[in-house]
Amino acid sequence: MADTERVPTVIADNAHIVYRIHGSIGPHQSSPLSSFKRILTRQKSTAVREVHAVKGASFVAYKGEAIGLIGTNGSGKSTLLRAIAGLLPVERGGAIYAAGQPSLLGVNAALMNDLSGERNVTLGCLAMGMTPDEVKEKVDDIIEFSGINERGDFSSLPMRTYSSGMGARLRFAIAAAKKHDVLLIDEALATGDAKFRKRSEQRVRDLREEAGTVFLVSHSEQSIRDTCERSIWLEGGVIKADGPTGDVMKEYETFVKK
Amino acid sequence: MAQTTVVEPYSGPTPKEQARKYGLSTAGRLPSLSEYTAQLWAYRHFIWEFASAKVSAALGNTRLGMIWQVLTPLFNAGVYYVIFGVLLNTKHGTDNFIAYLCAGVFIFGYTQTVVQTGVQAVSGNLGLIRALHFPRASLPISITLVEARNMIASMGVLIAIVLFTGEPINWEWLLIVPALLLQTIFNAGAAMLVSRLGAKVPDLRQLIPFIMRVWLYGSAVLYPVTKYTEHLHGWKLAVIEANPILVYIELIRHALMENVELAGSPTLLWIEAAVWALVMGIGGYAYFWRGEKGYGRG
Repeated sequence: MADTERVPTVIADNAHIVYRIHGSIGPHQSSPLSSFKRILTRQKSTAVREVHAVKGASFVAYKGEAIGLIGTNGSGKSTLLRAIAGLLPVERGGAIYAAGQPSLLGVNAALMNDLSGERNVTLGCLAMGMTPDEVKEKVDDIIEFSGINERGDFSSLPMRTYSSGMGARLRFAIAAAKKHDVLLIDEALATGDAKFRKRSEQRVRDLREEAGTVFLVSHSEQSIRDTCERSIWLEGGVIKADGPTGDVMKEYETFVKK
Repeated sequence: MAQTTVVEPYSGPTPKEQARKYGLSTAGRLPSLSEYTAQLWAYRHFIWEFASAKVSAALGNTRLGMIWQVLTPLFNAGVYYVIFGVLLNTKHGTDNFIAYLCAGVFIFGYTQTVVQTGVQAVSGNLGLIRALHFPRASLPISITLVEARNMIASMGVLIAIVLFTGEPINWEWLLIVPALLLQTIFNAGAAMLVSRLGAKVPDLRQLIPFIMRVWLYGSAVLYPVTKYTEHLHGWKLAVIEANPILVYIELIRHALMENVELAGSPTLLWIEAAVWALVMGIGGYAYFWRGEKGYGRG
Protein backbone atom coordinates (compact mmCIF):
# COMPACT_ATOMS: atom_id res chain seq x y z
CA MET A 1 0.00 0.00 0.00
CA ALA A 2 1.74 3.15 -1.17
CA ASP A 3 -0.87 5.72 -0.20
CA THR A 4 0.67 6.87 3.05
CA GLU A 5 -1.35 10.12 3.04
CA ARG A 6 -4.49 8.18 3.80
CA VAL A 7 -5.34 8.68 7.45
CA PRO A 8 -7.10 5.80 9.15
CA THR A 9 -10.09 6.72 11.32
CA VAL A 10 -11.29 3.29 12.37
CA ILE A 11 -9.17 0.20 12.78
CA ALA A 12 -10.82 -3.07 13.71
CA ASP A 13 -8.38 -5.71 14.83
CA ASN A 14 -9.88 -9.19 15.16
CA ALA A 15 -12.96 -7.89 16.95
CA HIS A 16 -15.30 -10.40 18.55
CA ILE A 17 -18.57 -9.12 19.94
CA VAL A 18 -20.80 -11.06 22.27
CA TYR A 19 -23.93 -9.72 23.83
CA ARG A 20 -26.26 -11.15 26.37
CA ILE A 21 -29.99 -11.29 26.15
CA HIS A 22 -32.08 -11.56 29.28
CA GLY A 23 -35.64 -12.67 29.49
CA SER A 24 -36.03 -15.13 26.68
CA ILE A 25 -37.64 -17.87 28.73
CA GLY A 26 -38.08 -21.05 26.70
CA PRO A 27 -41.26 -23.09 26.41
CA HIS A 28 -40.14 -25.76 28.91
CA GLN A 29 -39.31 -23.47 31.79
CA SER A 30 -42.51 -21.67 32.42
CA SER A 31 -43.09 -23.20 35.85
CA PRO A 32 -41.22 -22.52 39.09
CA LEU A 33 -40.49 -26.25 39.39
CA SER A 34 -38.61 -26.37 36.09
CA SER A 35 -36.61 -23.29 37.03
CA PHE A 36 -35.76 -24.91 40.35
CA LYS A 37 -34.69 -28.10 38.59
CA ARG A 38 -32.51 -26.04 36.30
CA ILE A 39 -30.75 -24.42 39.23
CA LEU A 40 -30.26 -27.79 40.99
CA THR A 41 -28.83 -29.47 37.90
CA ARG A 42 -26.62 -26.40 37.30
CA GLN A 43 -27.86 -26.14 33.78
CA LYS A 44 -27.08 -22.82 32.18
CA SER A 45 -30.15 -20.66 32.19
CA THR A 46 -31.63 -20.16 28.78
CA ALA A 47 -33.16 -16.96 30.11
CA VAL A 48 -29.72 -15.46 29.69
CA ARG A 49 -28.39 -16.24 26.25
CA GLU A 50 -25.16 -15.21 24.68
CA VAL A 51 -25.10 -14.21 21.06
CA HIS A 52 -21.74 -14.27 19.32
CA ALA A 53 -22.69 -11.66 16.75
CA VAL A 54 -19.37 -10.67 15.22
CA LYS A 55 -16.56 -13.22 14.89
CA GLY A 56 -13.20 -11.65 14.34
CA ALA A 57 -13.71 -8.63 12.10
CA SER A 58 -10.60 -6.81 10.87
CA PHE A 59 -10.55 -3.80 8.59
CA VAL A 60 -9.20 -0.28 8.28
CA ALA A 61 -11.39 2.69 7.36
CA TYR A 62 -9.87 5.93 6.13
CA LYS A 63 -10.73 9.59 6.31
CA GLY A 64 -13.20 10.71 3.67
CA GLU A 65 -14.50 7.22 2.95
CA ALA A 66 -18.11 6.15 2.95
CA ILE A 67 -18.39 2.47 3.63
CA GLY A 68 -21.52 0.43 3.10
CA LEU A 69 -22.15 -2.57 5.32
CA ILE A 70 -24.24 -5.23 3.63
CA GLY A 71 -25.41 -8.67 4.59
CA THR A 72 -28.56 -10.66 5.23
CA ASN A 73 -30.73 -9.97 8.29
CA GLY A 74 -28.98 -10.87 11.53
CA SER A 75 -25.51 -11.00 10.02
CA GLY A 76 -24.06 -8.66 12.65
CA LYS A 77 -24.04 -5.35 10.78
CA SER A 78 -25.76 -3.26 13.43
CA THR A 79 -23.79 -4.95 16.20
CA LEU A 80 -20.54 -4.06 14.46
CA LEU A 81 -21.64 -0.43 14.19
CA ARG A 82 -22.46 -0.36 17.89
CA ALA A 83 -19.06 -1.75 18.74
CA ILE A 84 -17.34 0.89 16.58
CA ALA A 85 -19.31 3.49 18.50
CA GLY A 86 -18.03 1.96 21.73
CA LEU A 87 -21.55 1.16 22.87
CA LEU A 88 -20.98 -2.57 22.96
CA PRO A 89 -17.71 -3.81 24.40
CA VAL A 90 -15.35 -5.93 22.28
CA GLU A 91 -14.38 -9.28 23.80
CA ARG A 92 -10.83 -9.75 24.99
CA GLY A 93 -8.21 -10.47 22.34
CA GLY A 94 -9.38 -7.97 19.77
CA ALA A 95 -9.92 -4.25 19.68
CA ILE A 96 -11.51 -1.48 17.69
CA TYR A 97 -9.65 1.83 17.50
CA ALA A 98 -11.45 4.96 16.40
CA ALA A 99 -10.74 8.65 15.92
CA GLY A 100 -12.64 10.98 18.20
CA GLN A 101 -16.01 9.79 19.34
CA PRO A 102 -17.96 7.93 16.66
CA SER A 103 -21.68 8.54 16.81
CA LEU A 104 -24.30 6.05 15.94
CA LEU A 105 -27.46 7.05 14.27
CA GLY A 106 -30.06 4.44 13.76
CA VAL A 107 -33.75 3.91 13.43
CA ASN A 108 -33.57 2.23 16.81
CA ALA A 109 -32.03 5.25 18.49
CA ALA A 110 -34.50 5.68 21.31
CA LEU A 111 -35.65 9.18 22.05
CA MET A 112 -38.49 9.82 24.46
CA ASN A 113 -41.77 9.13 22.74
CA ASP A 114 -43.92 11.06 25.19
CA LEU A 115 -42.06 14.30 24.56
CA SER A 116 -42.54 16.75 21.73
CA GLY A 117 -40.24 16.65 18.73
CA GLU A 118 -38.71 19.93 19.74
CA ARG A 119 -37.80 18.74 23.22
CA ASN A 120 -36.36 15.58 21.75
CA VAL A 121 -34.13 17.71 19.56
CA THR A 122 -32.89 19.55 22.65
CA LEU A 123 -32.39 16.33 24.58
CA GLY A 124 -30.64 14.60 21.66
CA CYS A 125 -28.29 17.52 21.07
CA LEU A 126 -27.41 17.75 24.75
CA ALA A 127 -26.79 14.00 24.80
CA MET A 128 -24.33 14.48 21.92
CA GLY A 129 -22.44 16.88 24.15
CA MET A 130 -23.52 20.26 22.78
CA THR A 131 -23.79 23.27 25.05
CA PRO A 132 -27.25 24.81 25.66
CA ASP A 133 -26.29 27.84 23.54
CA GLU A 134 -25.31 25.70 20.57
CA VAL A 135 -28.53 23.77 20.97
CA LYS A 136 -30.66 26.92 20.96
CA GLU A 137 -28.94 28.00 17.79
CA LYS A 138 -29.48 24.71 16.01
CA VAL A 139 -32.99 23.64 17.03
CA ASP A 140 -34.74 25.49 14.21
CA ASP A 141 -32.28 24.30 11.57
CA ILE A 142 -32.67 20.71 12.69
CA ILE A 143 -36.45 20.84 12.61
CA GLU A 144 -36.39 22.50 9.24
CA PHE A 145 -33.98 19.95 7.81
CA SER A 146 -36.08 17.06 9.12
CA GLY A 147 -39.06 18.54 7.32
CA ILE A 148 -41.51 17.38 10.01
CA ASN A 149 -43.17 20.77 10.00
CA GLU A 150 -44.01 20.63 6.30
CA ARG A 151 -47.54 19.46 7.10
CA GLY A 152 -48.37 21.66 10.03
CA ASP A 153 -46.82 22.18 13.43
CA PHE A 154 -45.72 18.66 14.28
CA SER A 155 -42.61 19.64 16.23
CA SER A 156 -44.70 20.56 19.26
CA LEU A 157 -46.58 17.23 19.26
CA PRO A 158 -45.36 14.17 21.17
CA MET A 159 -43.13 11.89 19.11
CA ARG A 160 -45.47 8.94 19.60
CA THR A 161 -47.86 10.65 17.20
CA TYR A 162 -45.26 10.66 14.40
CA SER A 163 -45.21 8.21 11.55
CA SER A 164 -42.16 5.96 11.54
CA GLY A 165 -40.74 7.92 8.61
CA MET A 166 -41.08 11.23 10.44
CA GLY A 167 -39.43 9.83 13.54
CA ALA A 168 -36.51 8.48 11.54
CA ARG A 169 -36.11 11.79 9.73
CA LEU A 170 -35.97 13.69 12.98
CA ARG A 171 -33.39 11.31 14.41
CA PHE A 172 -31.26 11.61 11.32
CA ALA A 173 -31.53 15.39 11.41
CA ILE A 174 -30.42 15.47 15.06
CA ALA A 175 -27.39 13.26 14.52
CA ALA A 176 -26.37 15.03 11.32
CA ALA A 177 -26.41 18.41 13.08
CA LYS A 178 -23.06 17.74 14.63
CA LYS A 179 -19.71 17.33 12.92
CA HIS A 180 -18.55 13.79 13.48
CA ASP A 181 -15.18 12.23 12.94
CA VAL A 182 -17.00 8.99 12.33
CA LEU A 183 -20.70 8.81 11.58
CA LEU A 184 -22.47 5.48 11.72
CA ILE A 185 -25.82 5.32 10.00
CA ASP A 186 -28.08 2.34 10.56
CA GLU A 187 -30.80 2.07 7.90
CA ALA A 188 -31.81 5.66 8.56
CA LEU A 189 -31.91 6.69 4.94
CA ALA A 190 -34.27 3.95 3.89
CA THR A 191 -37.21 5.22 5.93
CA GLY A 192 -37.75 8.71 4.59
CA ASP A 193 -39.65 9.56 1.44
CA ALA A 194 -37.89 10.20 -1.87
CA LYS A 195 -37.49 13.90 -1.23
CA PHE A 196 -35.95 13.41 2.17
CA ARG A 197 -33.73 10.61 0.91
CA LYS A 198 -32.21 12.95 -1.61
CA ARG A 199 -31.63 15.62 0.99
CA SER A 200 -30.07 13.18 3.45
CA GLU A 201 -27.81 11.65 0.82
CA GLN A 202 -26.57 15.17 0.11
CA ARG A 203 -26.00 15.63 3.84
CA VAL A 204 -23.99 12.41 4.04
CA ARG A 205 -21.81 13.65 1.18
CA ASP A 206 -21.32 16.98 3.00
CA LEU A 207 -20.35 15.20 6.18
CA ARG A 208 -17.77 13.21 4.26
CA GLU A 209 -16.29 16.35 2.80
CA GLU A 210 -15.88 17.66 6.32
CA ALA A 211 -13.24 14.95 6.54
CA GLY A 212 -15.27 12.38 8.37
CA THR A 213 -15.80 8.71 7.71
CA VAL A 214 -19.30 7.42 7.19
CA PHE A 215 -20.51 3.86 7.73
CA LEU A 216 -23.89 3.03 6.28
CA VAL A 217 -25.96 -0.05 7.01
CA SER A 218 -28.84 -0.44 4.62
CA HIS A 219 -30.85 -3.03 2.81
CA SER A 220 -31.48 -0.57 0.05
CA GLU A 221 -28.97 -1.50 -2.60
CA GLN A 222 -29.54 1.81 -4.32
CA SER A 223 -28.67 4.05 -1.38
CA ILE A 224 -25.46 2.07 -0.80
CA ARG A 225 -24.51 2.31 -4.47
CA ASP A 226 -25.27 6.04 -4.45
CA THR A 227 -23.34 7.00 -1.32
CA CYS A 228 -20.60 4.44 -0.80
CA GLU A 229 -17.67 3.55 -2.99
CA ARG A 230 -16.48 0.84 -0.63
CA SER A 231 -18.49 -1.95 0.91
CA ILE A 232 -17.99 -4.62 3.50
CA TRP A 233 -20.09 -7.76 3.33
CA LEU A 234 -20.78 -9.46 6.62
CA GLU A 235 -22.30 -12.91 6.80
CA GLY A 236 -22.89 -14.73 10.07
CA GLY A 237 -20.57 -12.33 11.87
CA VAL A 238 -17.67 -12.93 9.49
CA ILE A 239 -16.40 -10.48 6.86
CA LYS A 240 -16.91 -12.22 3.53
CA ALA A 241 -15.74 -9.44 1.26
CA ASP A 242 -14.32 -5.93 1.47
CA GLY A 243 -13.73 -3.75 -1.56
CA PRO A 244 -15.31 -1.47 -4.18
CA THR A 245 -19.10 -1.44 -3.86
CA GLY A 246 -19.72 -2.76 -7.38
CA ASP A 247 -17.59 -5.88 -6.87
CA VAL A 248 -18.84 -6.67 -3.38
CA MET A 249 -22.45 -6.14 -4.45
CA LYS A 250 -22.03 -8.62 -7.29
CA GLU A 251 -20.63 -11.26 -4.97
CA TYR A 252 -23.37 -10.61 -2.46
CA GLU A 253 -26.09 -10.85 -5.06
CA THR A 254 -24.89 -14.20 -6.37
CA PHE A 255 -24.82 -15.42 -2.74
CA VAL A 256 -28.36 -14.24 -2.03
CA LYS A 257 -29.79 -15.70 -5.23
CA LYS A 258 -28.39 -19.14 -4.49
CA MET B 1 -3.97 -3.98 -5.09
CA ALA B 2 -6.82 -6.40 -5.49
CA GLN B 3 -9.44 -5.21 -3.06
CA THR B 4 -12.01 -7.92 -3.23
CA THR B 5 -11.30 -9.97 -0.14
CA VAL B 6 -9.46 -9.09 3.03
CA VAL B 7 -9.66 -12.45 4.70
CA GLU B 8 -5.89 -12.79 4.95
CA PRO B 9 -4.36 -11.04 7.99
CA TYR B 10 -3.53 -7.38 7.72
CA SER B 11 0.12 -6.78 6.79
CA GLY B 12 2.40 -3.82 7.53
CA PRO B 13 2.48 -2.15 10.93
CA THR B 14 0.32 -3.88 13.50
CA PRO B 15 -3.11 -2.30 14.00
CA LYS B 16 -2.08 -1.25 17.49
CA GLU B 17 0.98 0.67 16.25
CA GLN B 18 -1.01 2.27 13.47
CA ALA B 19 -3.73 3.29 15.87
CA ARG B 20 -1.23 4.95 18.15
CA LYS B 21 0.45 6.72 15.22
CA TYR B 22 -2.78 8.40 14.16
CA GLY B 23 -4.03 9.06 17.65
CA LEU B 24 -6.94 6.64 17.58
CA SER B 25 -8.30 5.44 20.87
CA THR B 26 -9.88 2.12 21.71
CA ALA B 27 -13.60 2.30 21.37
CA GLY B 28 -14.92 1.72 24.84
CA ARG B 29 -11.86 2.61 26.91
CA LEU B 30 -12.62 3.30 30.56
CA PRO B 31 -11.79 6.94 31.41
CA SER B 32 -10.01 7.72 34.67
CA LEU B 33 -12.20 8.75 37.58
CA SER B 34 -11.27 12.44 37.27
CA GLU B 35 -11.80 12.37 33.46
CA TYR B 36 -15.14 10.75 34.06
CA THR B 37 -16.12 13.40 36.58
CA ALA B 38 -15.16 16.12 34.10
CA GLN B 39 -17.27 14.44 31.40
CA LEU B 40 -20.17 14.20 33.78
CA TRP B 41 -19.84 17.88 34.61
CA ALA B 42 -19.83 18.72 30.89
CA TYR B 43 -23.09 16.79 30.60
CA ARG B 44 -24.81 18.61 33.48
CA HIS B 45 -27.26 20.28 31.09
CA PHE B 46 -28.19 16.91 29.66
CA ILE B 47 -28.70 15.48 33.15
CA TRP B 48 -30.99 18.36 34.06
CA GLU B 49 -32.94 18.20 30.81
CA PHE B 50 -33.27 14.43 31.05
CA ALA B 51 -34.67 14.78 34.58
CA SER B 52 -37.26 17.36 33.59
CA ALA B 53 -38.07 15.36 30.44
CA LYS B 54 -38.77 12.35 32.64
CA VAL B 55 -41.15 14.35 34.83
CA SER B 56 -43.01 15.81 31.85
CA ALA B 57 -43.19 12.41 30.16
CA ALA B 58 -44.60 10.82 33.32
CA LEU B 59 -47.15 13.55 34.05
CA GLY B 60 -47.69 14.79 30.51
CA ASN B 61 -50.67 12.57 29.77
CA THR B 62 -52.52 13.36 33.00
CA ARG B 63 -55.08 16.16 33.05
CA LEU B 64 -53.69 17.91 36.08
CA GLY B 65 -50.09 17.61 34.95
CA MET B 66 -47.55 19.13 37.32
CA ILE B 67 -50.16 19.65 40.06
CA TRP B 68 -49.67 15.96 40.83
CA GLN B 69 -46.25 16.77 42.24
CA VAL B 70 -48.06 18.47 45.13
CA LEU B 71 -51.16 16.29 45.16
CA THR B 72 -49.27 13.02 45.57
CA PRO B 73 -47.66 13.89 48.94
CA LEU B 74 -50.89 15.57 50.02
CA PHE B 75 -52.91 12.40 49.40
CA ASN B 76 -50.17 10.41 51.05
CA ALA B 77 -50.43 12.53 54.19
CA GLY B 78 -54.23 12.44 53.97
CA VAL B 79 -54.32 8.63 54.00
CA TYR B 80 -52.08 8.47 57.06
CA TYR B 81 -54.12 11.16 58.78
CA VAL B 82 -57.35 9.21 58.26
CA ILE B 83 -55.90 5.90 59.42
CA PHE B 84 -53.71 6.96 62.32
CA GLY B 85 -55.30 10.24 63.29
CA VAL B 86 -59.02 9.58 62.89
CA LEU B 87 -59.58 5.81 62.87
CA LEU B 88 -56.94 4.60 65.30
CA ASN B 89 -56.18 7.88 67.04
CA THR B 90 -52.64 6.71 67.71
CA LYS B 91 -50.45 8.85 69.92
CA HIS B 92 -47.52 6.59 70.87
CA GLY B 93 -46.67 9.16 73.49
CA THR B 94 -45.78 11.85 70.97
CA ASP B 95 -47.48 15.24 71.05
CA ASN B 96 -47.86 15.69 67.34
CA PHE B 97 -48.06 12.22 65.86
CA ILE B 98 -49.42 13.24 62.44
CA ALA B 99 -46.52 15.59 61.73
CA TYR B 100 -44.13 13.03 63.20
CA LEU B 101 -45.55 10.33 60.92
CA CYS B 102 -45.57 12.46 57.77
CA ALA B 103 -41.94 13.52 58.23
CA GLY B 104 -41.04 9.83 58.42
CA VAL B 105 -43.19 8.83 55.47
CA PHE B 106 -41.88 11.55 53.16
CA ILE B 107 -38.20 11.16 54.01
CA PHE B 108 -38.40 7.40 53.77
CA GLY B 109 -40.36 7.67 50.53
CA TYR B 110 -37.60 9.80 49.00
CA THR B 111 -34.94 7.11 49.36
CA GLN B 112 -37.45 4.38 48.58
CA THR B 113 -38.50 5.76 45.18
CA VAL B 114 -34.91 6.58 44.24
CA VAL B 115 -33.88 2.99 44.95
CA GLN B 116 -36.94 1.52 43.22
CA THR B 117 -36.50 3.52 40.03
CA GLY B 118 -32.70 3.48 40.28
CA VAL B 119 -32.56 -0.28 39.97
CA GLN B 120 -33.88 0.14 36.42
CA ALA B 121 -31.88 3.26 35.55
CA VAL B 122 -29.56 1.26 33.30
CA SER B 123 -31.65 -1.75 32.34
CA GLY B 124 -34.68 0.39 31.50
CA ASN B 125 -32.75 2.77 29.24
CA LEU B 126 -30.77 0.28 27.16
CA GLY B 127 -32.13 1.82 23.96
CA LEU B 128 -30.68 5.18 24.89
CA ILE B 129 -27.42 3.64 26.10
CA ARG B 130 -26.95 1.65 22.89
CA ALA B 131 -27.69 4.67 20.72
CA LEU B 132 -26.01 7.65 22.30
CA HIS B 133 -22.79 8.44 24.02
CA PHE B 134 -22.94 10.10 27.38
CA PRO B 135 -21.54 9.28 30.81
CA ARG B 136 -23.92 6.60 32.04
CA ALA B 137 -23.95 7.98 35.57
CA SER B 138 -26.18 10.69 34.10
CA LEU B 139 -29.07 8.23 34.31
CA PRO B 140 -29.08 7.39 38.05
CA ILE B 141 -28.22 11.02 38.85
CA SER B 142 -31.17 12.22 36.74
CA ILE B 143 -33.45 9.84 38.61
CA THR B 144 -32.25 11.26 41.91
CA LEU B 145 -32.89 14.78 40.60
CA VAL B 146 -36.44 13.88 39.57
CA GLU B 147 -37.16 12.65 43.08
CA ALA B 148 -35.35 15.63 44.61
CA ARG B 149 -37.73 17.91 42.74
CA ASN B 150 -40.69 15.90 43.97
CA MET B 151 -39.21 16.12 47.45
CA ILE B 152 -39.30 19.92 47.35
CA ALA B 153 -43.05 19.74 46.79
CA SER B 154 -43.36 17.15 49.56
CA MET B 155 -41.43 19.41 51.92
CA GLY B 156 -43.85 22.22 51.18
CA VAL B 157 -46.73 19.94 52.14
CA LEU B 158 -44.86 18.76 55.25
CA ILE B 159 -44.18 22.32 56.38
CA ALA B 160 -47.85 23.15 55.91
CA ILE B 161 -48.82 20.13 58.05
CA VAL B 162 -46.30 21.03 60.72
CA LEU B 163 -47.57 24.62 60.84
CA PHE B 164 -51.17 23.47 60.82
CA THR B 165 -50.58 21.17 63.78
CA GLY B 166 -49.26 24.07 65.84
CA GLU B 167 -45.47 23.85 65.75
CA PRO B 168 -43.82 27.26 66.20
CA ILE B 169 -41.57 28.58 63.43
CA ASN B 170 -37.94 29.02 64.41
CA TRP B 171 -34.44 29.17 62.98
CA GLU B 172 -33.96 25.44 63.38
CA TRP B 173 -36.25 24.93 60.41
CA LEU B 174 -33.41 25.99 58.12
CA LEU B 175 -31.61 22.78 59.11
CA ILE B 176 -33.86 20.81 56.76
CA VAL B 177 -31.82 22.20 53.85
CA PRO B 178 -28.46 20.62 54.78
CA ALA B 179 -30.24 17.49 55.99
CA LEU B 180 -31.99 17.03 52.65
CA LEU B 181 -28.79 17.82 50.79
CA LEU B 182 -26.95 15.06 52.64
CA GLN B 183 -29.82 12.67 51.99
CA THR B 184 -29.75 13.57 48.29
CA ILE B 185 -26.04 12.71 48.09
CA PHE B 186 -26.77 9.46 49.88
CA ASN B 187 -29.62 8.71 47.49
CA ALA B 188 -27.55 9.46 44.39
CA GLY B 189 -24.91 7.02 45.63
CA ALA B 190 -27.58 4.42 46.36
CA ALA B 191 -29.13 4.93 42.92
CA MET B 192 -25.76 4.35 41.22
CA LEU B 193 -25.08 1.30 43.37
CA VAL B 194 -28.40 -0.40 42.64
CA SER B 195 -28.45 0.57 38.96
CA ARG B 196 -25.18 -1.27 38.32
CA LEU B 197 -26.31 -4.21 40.45
CA GLY B 198 -29.67 -4.17 38.64
CA ALA B 199 -27.93 -4.18 35.26
CA LYS B 200 -25.93 -7.25 36.27
CA VAL B 201 -28.64 -9.14 38.14
CA PRO B 202 -32.11 -8.24 36.85
CA ASP B 203 -33.61 -10.42 39.61
CA LEU B 204 -32.74 -7.67 42.09
CA ARG B 205 -35.77 -5.75 40.91
CA GLN B 206 -38.03 -8.43 42.37
CA LEU B 207 -36.22 -8.30 45.71
CA ILE B 208 -36.20 -4.52 46.17
CA PRO B 209 -39.77 -4.30 47.56
CA PHE B 210 -38.89 -6.74 50.37
CA ILE B 211 -35.62 -5.03 51.15
CA MET B 212 -37.41 -1.71 51.35
CA ARG B 213 -40.11 -3.20 53.60
CA VAL B 214 -37.52 -4.41 56.11
CA TRP B 215 -35.81 -1.04 55.88
CA LEU B 216 -39.14 0.69 56.55
CA TYR B 217 -39.66 -1.21 59.81
CA GLY B 218 -36.11 -0.39 60.87
CA SER B 219 -36.46 3.34 60.21
CA ALA B 220 -39.00 4.39 62.86
CA VAL B 221 -41.40 5.64 60.22
CA LEU B 222 -44.67 4.29 61.62
CA TYR B 223 -43.79 4.34 65.32
CA PRO B 224 -41.55 6.46 67.54
CA VAL B 225 -37.86 5.78 67.73
CA THR B 226 -38.13 5.22 71.48
CA LYS B 227 -39.72 1.82 70.72
CA TYR B 228 -36.28 0.59 69.70
CA THR B 229 -34.52 1.80 72.85
CA GLU B 230 -37.21 0.15 74.94
CA HIS B 231 -37.14 -3.22 73.21
CA LEU B 232 -33.71 -3.70 71.68
CA HIS B 233 -30.22 -4.00 73.22
CA GLY B 234 -26.62 -4.44 72.20
CA TRP B 235 -25.71 -4.87 68.54
CA LYS B 236 -29.33 -4.91 67.37
CA LEU B 237 -29.86 -1.43 68.74
CA ALA B 238 -26.50 -0.27 67.32
CA VAL B 239 -27.49 -1.49 63.85
CA ILE B 240 -30.87 0.23 64.03
CA GLU B 241 -29.39 3.49 65.25
CA ALA B 242 -26.78 3.58 62.49
CA ASN B 243 -29.51 3.16 59.85
CA PRO B 244 -29.01 6.08 57.44
CA ILE B 245 -32.68 6.67 56.69
CA LEU B 246 -33.46 6.70 60.42
CA VAL B 247 -30.73 9.32 60.84
CA TYR B 248 -32.15 11.53 58.07
CA ILE B 249 -35.70 11.18 59.39
CA GLU B 250 -34.57 12.10 62.90
CA LEU B 251 -32.78 15.19 61.64
CA ILE B 252 -35.87 16.46 59.82
CA ARG B 253 -38.10 15.77 62.82
CA HIS B 254 -35.62 17.49 65.07
CA ALA B 255 -35.48 20.53 62.77
CA LEU B 256 -39.21 20.98 62.33
CA MET B 257 -40.72 19.88 65.64
CA GLU B 258 -40.38 20.75 69.30
CA ASN B 259 -40.25 18.05 71.96
CA VAL B 260 -39.16 15.15 69.77
CA GLU B 261 -37.27 12.32 71.37
CA LEU B 262 -34.21 11.42 69.31
CA ALA B 263 -32.21 8.21 69.16
CA GLY B 264 -28.95 10.07 69.72
CA SER B 265 -27.66 13.57 70.33
CA PRO B 266 -28.13 15.97 67.38
CA THR B 267 -24.34 16.31 66.94
CA LEU B 268 -23.97 12.55 66.66
CA LEU B 269 -26.83 12.43 64.17
CA TRP B 270 -25.25 15.11 61.98
CA ILE B 271 -21.93 13.28 61.97
CA GLU B 272 -23.66 10.02 61.05
CA ALA B 273 -25.63 11.77 58.30
CA ALA B 274 -22.47 13.28 56.77
CA VAL B 275 -20.52 10.02 56.99
CA TRP B 276 -23.32 8.07 55.32
CA ALA B 277 -23.61 10.64 52.54
CA LEU B 278 -19.86 10.49 51.88
CA VAL B 279 -19.57 6.70 52.06
CA MET B 280 -22.59 6.00 49.88
CA GLY B 281 -22.02 8.95 47.54
CA ILE B 282 -18.38 8.23 46.76
CA GLY B 283 -18.67 4.46 47.02
CA GLY B 284 -21.71 4.27 44.75
CA TYR B 285 -20.10 6.62 42.24
CA ALA B 286 -16.84 4.71 42.08
CA TYR B 287 -18.66 1.39 41.83
CA PHE B 288 -20.83 2.67 38.98
CA TRP B 289 -17.85 4.16 37.14
CA ARG B 290 -15.99 0.81 37.18
CA GLY B 291 -18.77 -0.73 35.12
CA GLU B 292 -19.14 2.19 32.69
CA LYS B 293 -18.14 0.38 29.51
CA GLY B 294 -20.18 -2.76 30.02
CA TYR B 295 -23.64 -1.21 30.34
CA GLY B 296 -24.43 -1.46 26.63
CA ARG B 297 -23.99 -5.23 26.68
CA GLY B 298 -27.22 -5.75 28.58
